[in-house]
Amino acid sequence: MTLQAKEPFHFYTRQTLTYLTGRRASTLGELLSGIKEASEASIYHHTHHFLAQHEFLSPEPPNDFAYWITNILQDRLLGEEVASIDLREYASLEAIRSATVDVIERGQPSAGKRLDRHAPAGEEFHFMEAKSFVFPTRHVARSLEEFRDCLQQVSIFSIYFHVFEARLREGNSDFSLWLSTSLQEEELAKEFLQFDPYTQTLENLRLTLIRLVEARLQKG
Amino acid sequence: MAHLNDYREFAGADVIDELALSAERLSGVSIQNINSTAVGGGVAEILMRMVPLLQELGVNALWDVIKGGEQFFEVTKKMHNALHGQPVQFSQDEIDLFLATNETNARELNLHGDIIFIHDPQPCALIQRKSELGNKWLWRCHIDFSRPDPFTWEFLKTYIEQYDASVFSAPSFARQLSIPQVLISPSIDPLSDKNKELPQEVIDSVLQRFKIDPERPMVTQISRFDYLKDPVGVVQVFRKIQKYIDCQLVLAGGGAVDDPEGAKVLAEVQEAVNNDPDIFLLLLPPASDIEINALQRASTVVLQKSLREGFGLTVAEALWKGKPVIAGAVGGIPLQIVHKYSGLLSHTVEGTAFALKQLLQNPSYANNLGKNGREHVRRNFLITRHLRDYLLLFHSLRHPKESMVYL
Repeated sequence: MTLQAKEPFHFYTRQTLTYLTGRRASTLGELLSGIKEASEASIYHHTHHFLAQHEFLSPEPPNDFAYWITNILQDRLLGEEVASIDLREYASLEAIRSATVDVIERGQPSAGKRLDRHAPAGEEFHFMEAKSFVFPTRHVARSLEEFRDCLQQVSIFSIYFHVFEARLREGNSDFSLWLSTSLQEEELAKEFLQFDPYTQTLENLRLTLIRLVEARLQKG
Repeated sequence: MAHLNDYREFAGADVIDELALSAERLSGVSIQNINSTAVGGGVAEILMRMVPLLQELGVNALWDVIKGGEQFFEVTKKMHNALHGQPVQFSQDEIDLFLATNETNARELNLHGDIIFIHDPQPCALIQRKSELGNKWLWRCHIDFSRPDPFTWEFLKTYIEQYDASVFSAPSFARQLSIPQVLISPSIDPLSDKNKELPQEVIDSVLQRFKIDPERPMVTQISRFDYLKDPVGVVQVFRKIQKYIDCQLVLAGGGAVDDPEGAKVLAEVQEAVNNDPDIFLLLLPPASDIEINALQRASTVVLQKSLREGFGLTVAEALWKGKPVIAGAVGGIPLQIVHKYSGLLSHTVEGTAFALKQLLQNPSYANNLGKNGREHVRRNFLITRHLRDYLLLFHSLRHPKESMVYL
């Protein structure tokens, strides 16, 4: 018999509006101080918007900081280091900010002058912020079977919200939390946390999630 | 007139469904758009498409146009040039005329919308009625704002900062302002004459009319004959690759005839072309959307070698047709092309020639860039994304402080 969840899972979706801050960086030094002073909404935008806007292109989307350091400042070594910061490791935007600052500052002694390297005119880094608007969808799951069906039907924006945004910006309403607290599916919840969603396209991510749920359902 | 459902096949059903989710939370809110022209010009063109689509979504969208005499529009034209970076002096009479015309319109227009959405500088001083009316006001700047003339900007800024929020088209247009600045890129309409699918016969007949060989590779730049679009640089690029690869160059654009600088640029391009039978200089009349569409679709590679650019929507148009594009990294172009993902960015004649050689000699690489480019435009630069952003902009006025808004 299908186990009913204590609380139903409501699928939400989200849309984002981008704000310009008027702050820009022409050098690595200016980028670094910008990152230190930026709002969390700005750190979120620059580490995640690429994923949402280009998710179809590549399973390894660079964040904006890494992209700018690599392609505009032409510092491939540091760019690679910033791109490979494992965002999954960090539970908050503050932690992502600190990790990014650490990587850039750590690189300084070996290449002291690179903090002053200038971007070509017109290719400055522009600090922006994301304001997200979250809407309830009509999809609600009350059991693991329904959860799988919803995963098949919701938009990729909904998947994106629950996997990335809810975790970092809200600290709740992500899939694994519901699986463990409402369905007592501790093992499955752990599996949901074990893979790295940042290195998959969103459609692949959907398939991975569905596969995990189906494997659990087959076990009975 | 296109309907929302006509966009499902391009934007995706989930995008259209989520537009409805967003719009239903705006029911009962009226949005009054105000600009300075009912026809002609990019702003009127956008409003003509957006207002009916917003209405179809159940949003009470309205559109009014300010009235002004010839002299008023001469002043605003001058203002427009100044905001594009030309140093311009305004007399006190001109400033008085600008303000008086705005005042007259502020009195005569029924400013009853819950949200008053002002487009461009011409009607921006209508804001003076805000405190008396108590509604929300938005100002949308549609023009290139990267280097505005400081005097003109300081003058306008006193009005702009009274708005609840401003909207710009590219990150480089952002200013230091005391009000929120929202980034909303322009968009293309996949159902317009410039972008709709064309039967092969139409494309063939356009090529035939211009005597372009359909069998040989074709490199195209569509733009006005303007120094900032670097058409002479494009000819130089072509010269560098012509030695190695058999191909043709098409430079097509309009706007040169009544523009003294345009005529000068055209003369320089003609000199650079030097009657080369493989280079086609096409001066197109204003209503040439089908021709432009056909030329883009017939191209092997599209160039947009701009030295400065507002947004550069010709890039989105070419990407939408699945074409590999090489473009200058200026204005809004880097938003449309992520280097080596959805096209190539270049800065010099040599760099552009190198990129062009790569694309002409590696059709599968070129094809992949084009495919990614189309997908990028599909998700980020179609009119449906523009609609989504406008709806969010309207929501944002009710939630000015939060970075996560639950609707």
